[in-house]
Amino acid sequence: MKKLLIALVTLVPSLAFAAGGANVHLESANIDLNDTESLQRGLDKFQHYCAGCHSTQYQRYNRVAEDLDISLDDMRDKYMVVEGAKVGDLMENSIPEVDAAKWFGAAPPDLTLVARVRGEDWLYTYLKSFYHDESRPFGVNNTVFPSVAMPHVLQDLQGLSVKQEDGSFVTTGGKLTAEEYDQVVRDITGFLVYSGDPVKLERESLGWWVMGFLFIFFIVAYLLKKEYWKDVH
Amino acid sequence: MSNAPVDTGRRRFLTAATAVVGGAGAVAVAVPFIKSWNPSAKAKAAGAPVEVNISKLEPGQLIRVEWRGKPVWVVRRTEEILKGLATLDDKLRDPGSNEEQQPAYAQNAVRSIKPEYFIAVGLCTHLGCSPTYLPDTFGEQVEGVASGFFCPCHGSKFDMAGRVFQGVPAPLNLVVPPHQYIDDGNVIIGVDQGAA
Amino acid sequence: MVKNIIDWIDARIPMTATYNRHVGQYATPTNFNFWYFFGSLAMLVLVNQLLTGIWLTMNYVPTAEGAFASIEYIMRDVEYGWLLRYMHSTGASAFFVVIYLHMFRGLIYGSYQKPRELLWLFGMLIFLVLMAEAFMGYLLPWGQMSYWGAQVIISLFGAIPVIGDDLTLWIRGDFVVSGATLNRFFALHVIALPLVLVVLVFLHLIALHEVGSNNPDGIEIKKNKDENGWPKDGIPFHPYYTVKDIMGVAGFLIVFCYVLFFMPEGGGYFLEKPNFEAANPMKTPEHIAPVWYFTPFYAILRAIPDKLLGVVGMGLAIAVLFVLPWLDRCKVKSIRYRSMIHKLNIGQFAVSFVVLGYLGAVPATPALTIAARIFTLTYFGFFLALWLYSKSEKTKPVPERLTH
Repeated sequence: MKKLLIALVTLVPSLAFAAGGANVHLESANIDLNDTESLQRGLDKFQHYCAGCHSTQYQRYNRVAEDLDISLDDMRDKYMVVEGAKVGDLMENSIPEVDAAKWFGAAPPDLTLVARVRGEDWLYTYLKSFYHDESRPFGVNNTVFPSVAMPHVLQDLQGLSVKQEDGSFVTTGGKLTAEEYDQVVRDITGFLVYSGDPVKLERESLGWWVMGFLFIFFIVAYLLKKEYWKDVH
Repeated sequence: MSNAPVDTGRRRFLTAATAVVGGAGAVAVAVPFIKSWNPSAKAKAAGAPVEVNISKLEPGQLIRVEWRGKPVWVVRRTEEILKGLATLDDKLRDPGSNEEQQPAYAQNAVRSIKPEYFIAVGLCTHLGCSPTYLPDTFGEQVEGVASGFFCPCHGSKFDMAGRVFQGVPAPLNLVVPPHQYIDDGNVIIGVDQGAA
Repeated sequence: MVKNIIDWIDARIPMTATYNRHVGQYATPTNFNFWYFFGSLAMLVLVNQLLTGIWLTMNYVPTAEGAFASIEYIMRDVEYGWLLRYMHSTGASAFFVVIYLHMFRGLIYGSYQKPRELLWLFGMLIFLVLMAEAFMGYLLPWGQMSYWGAQVIISLFGAIPVIGDDLTLWIRGDFVVSGATLNRFFALHVIALPLVLVVLVFLHLIALHEVGSNNPDGIEIKKNKDENGWPKDGIPFHPYYTVKDIMGVAGFLIVFCYVLFFMPEGGGYFLEKPNFEAANPMKTPEHIAPVWYFTPFYAILRAIPDKLLGVVGMGLAIAVLFVLPWLDRCKVKSIRYRSMIHKLNIGQFAVSFVVLGYLGAVPATPALTIAARIFTLTYFGFFLALWLYSKSEKTKPVPERLTH
């Protein structure tokens, strides 16, 4: 019994620790999938900055165009990075995996589902957490993803963060203000959240109809049961 | 068991109500199962309209392109062939193309938008074999007609506008797919003439 | 007309007789409570799994190269494919929720006791096959968790002395989990095990209807019959329990569909996050945990600091449930009329099981490992204590008739 008590006492704080997971504080991304304009900007930035290396090869151009309210012509003209691609094609990228592995040390992963693997807050914080580090091949490191193989592709927008002696970061040289950059990152993250689960909005709206139906069905079934069980009680 | 009187009317009503609501639910549940058999986005993408360059087609030549997994023929007809078409009416089942085997814009004497180019789905209307193009030896099948299509499976015969001859198993003319000329040298198969 | 057809069939097969025996005239105790919904719900979930499973195979590609992409194909390109897939994945978790509650019902009301030992054994076999079915099904999406989970579980067999290594090689059909493993697991998951499952469910029901249903009072309604031979505390299954079960189904579906439509990942427990990444034999995810329904047994495995003994302990944790009817030597079935010590014992067992489930899902730390060991002991302690005290347990008087 005594042992059990000790175990319980030691259990509680350790459980809290275990639930915390990674030690890095993640900022809330506040994604709104109904904000189509944000998703459009996210697609724009993603195709511009990310899609050269990262595919989103489980989704198709025409589906994204339809869901994000973009015309097929715009999609074709602005965002189809692969030579000869058709609007019904999967969104693959243009560099062969073997070359990519050679350039970056690891092949850039496909990002269709990355938001479901990492979570939106992780992505949002990750894209904001690059900092100057001479020891890394591309001169940058990341507080959320230490020793990351990726260069800071958004550096011209954010600028470069440099770690100060007190541990804080000072960012200079970006085209955007900190707020504008946050919005860009939020847009990209939003697009990836959409990509990970494109059916989410449709699923939830269908879900309410189903819940409504089941509620009615339950009431009818309950009344029927009560009626028959008058015989028993 | 209590012996209280049973309100059969209420009981029937509630049974029926549950059955109707439950039945509606069952039908709704069947929807995703049924709809999942429709062509997927992948199949639709693969079946998307195809663009064909016809500028290099020689007179009398036939090219095959794949559209929705089916062979589609594009044949360049000579003046001679076109003249011949008009003489065949009494040998054909549906010389005026009254059956809807072609879009309205191809419902004419030569069954095409431009008389020179004939475009058709190369599948026999009998049981779906692909007929053979006989540019020179069709006379062996129909006397006095130089060229046409002959189905090797069950011997159906079609003229150079895809119209079926009498006395063969195939009931209908060959299907003309929706198509559209973008310019003189290019045609899109799968999109109707006049559609955006 | 209808009667003629029925007569024609009845002259050839016992249709009406079978219906009456199992539905229309099946005498069911009047006092079933909440706990008695889960049998019919398990049946509902089984049908759901069979139907959605058949439909998923229509688009799933059982190869190492194509499996992961084919799941996303189903989720995106197939019309309502996402719904079928979520019905199946949510159904898998729902199956275990329902089955665990169903088993707990049997535990508290002594439904495993004489004369229902065989009924319990068939039920345990269903549970065992269901675990195999779920495990093999989880490999099919070919995500990181599928792959490494299978790697770990198959490696358990390596603990068996002498033949262990050869056995794991044989199960995998390769030196690591590979396309060969995927193919055989697919075959077993979609054909072999479902067939076994359906046969076992059939036998489970036959056994139930032979001995009759137990009830929360744990007394046999067949002992008190009226002049017509009908149990005084019995009511026909139809319409009374059909209408009640329909209500139960509606209630269950509200919860089920809420999860299905609004949180299909089940907070990362029904569909684990790393499984949205394609299997990569070169890289293990940081934290491997089996799906939640295996975690109690997994916690026991991890708690024991010896590979072979760990596997034995885990196996024993399941095996001991099989002999429950013979461990409990008390003549009184229901918890209602049993001793305080029995109530406490069942209570601590439930707590142990849930805590072990939690411990199996989180990364092990030294303190948590100690906790897992303690709860492993209390898990097994339940059975030992039951065997010891049940022989001469101080029970309350059991009523003659059902009490409600």
